[in-house]
Amino acid sequence: MNGAGTWALDEADYHRISEHLSDLLRESNARCAMLVDRTGQLLCKSGESMSFDATAFASLTAADFSANDQLAKMIGEEDFASLFHQGEKESMYLADVARRVILVVLFDERTTVGLVRLRVRQTVRDLKQLFEDMFDRAPRVEGGRSAGLLEGAEDEIDRLFSD
Amino acid sequence: MSMINYASREINCKLVYYGPGLGGKTTNLEHVYGKVAPERRGKMVSLATETERTLFFDFLPVDLGTIRGFKTRFHLYTVPGQVYYNASRKLILKGVDGVVFVADSQVDRMEANLESMQNLYDNLTEYGYDLRKTPFVLQYNKRDLPNAAPIPDLQAQLNPGWEVEDPARQRAMPDPERDGEFLIQQVDGTWIERVPYFESVAMRGDGVFETLRHVAKLVLKTLS
Repeated sequence: MNGAGTWALDEADYHRISEHLSDLLRESNARCAMLVDRTGQLLCKSGESMSFDATAFASLTAADFSANDQLAKMIGEEDFASLFHQGEKESMYLADVARRVILVVLFDERTTVGLVRLRVRQTVRDLKQLFEDMFDRAPRVEGGRSAGLLEGAEDEIDRLFSD
Repeated sequence: MSMINYASREINCKLVYYGPGLGGKTTNLEHVYGKVAPERRGKMVSLATETERTLFFDFLPVDLGTIRGFKTRFHLYTVPGQVYYNASRKLILKGVDGVVFVADSQVDRMEANLESMQNLYDNLTEYGYDLRKTPFVLQYNKRDLPNAAPIPDLQAQLNPGWEVEDPARQRAMPDPERDGEFLIQQVDGTWIERVPYFESVAMRGDGVFETLRHVAKLVLKTLS
């Protein structure tokens, strides 16, 4: 294996993911839901727009999850499938999806951690299926589109970095 | 692990600045942060100790331009250089697309450079990544210091090259950055390949963008 490989998120997948996140927010009364991949890249965001920098937030989420994974191993667990950070007003609930992405839900006193946890469980099941289907398709995507996305663009790449 | 988002028309790639403690990794990111127009970069996040030593990582997202209608967004990370933070250092390498090794040119830091280079190799291997096939550049930092080792010494120690096994690649490849130097060449009958290197004084910004541009280009070329 060279590096970590490439994967692509197409528009249809993106819309399906957005719908799942919207359903989750409606049913749990949470404020905002995000999907972040394990390397810290934000894939999708739904709900209220928050005042913080979402890109920085995503990278910290992945680091948080990775650090907790290691802590889990130290105490003899394979991983922690979910994490809960409780604040005075704002809280967050994080859950693993298919070992590849992290679902992050931000909520406040308008709902409870119990309801969020319950609804997240269903969303994780739906998203897990969606991502597994997506990764099953990956070889076709990689050969057909993403890997060749910049094919023939060497000159353009050279120009971009020429000065 | 580069990620192509067709919905937002973005290519996201992860670059990691690796190297020994106090070598200038964070300084590289700080210079990029200071020079890139605010609309083309995000917030810089530093998880550091009270004495400003990197505890977990520094993070800076930058847009380096548009290719084929896709915004090329690079997420720059540094790792904590100090030896005992290896657990966190390894986490940052997860999903890496390109690596910059920031070496400290000072003669008395050679051992620390070598130890960190070996550690990079070991950590990547544990993830199943092959450093020889990963976009990788070396930056010799602190070139302005009086005790900086000569470049040939640094090259001999940190960039001795590896054997080129693929017969199709066994031909001389000049280093585009330097006249008369080669990235692939035959030495004593064996074809060897070295990684591109850059000299820098990160405190002044010298060499910082040259390094970043080069590694970013190598990463994008793996997608073409």
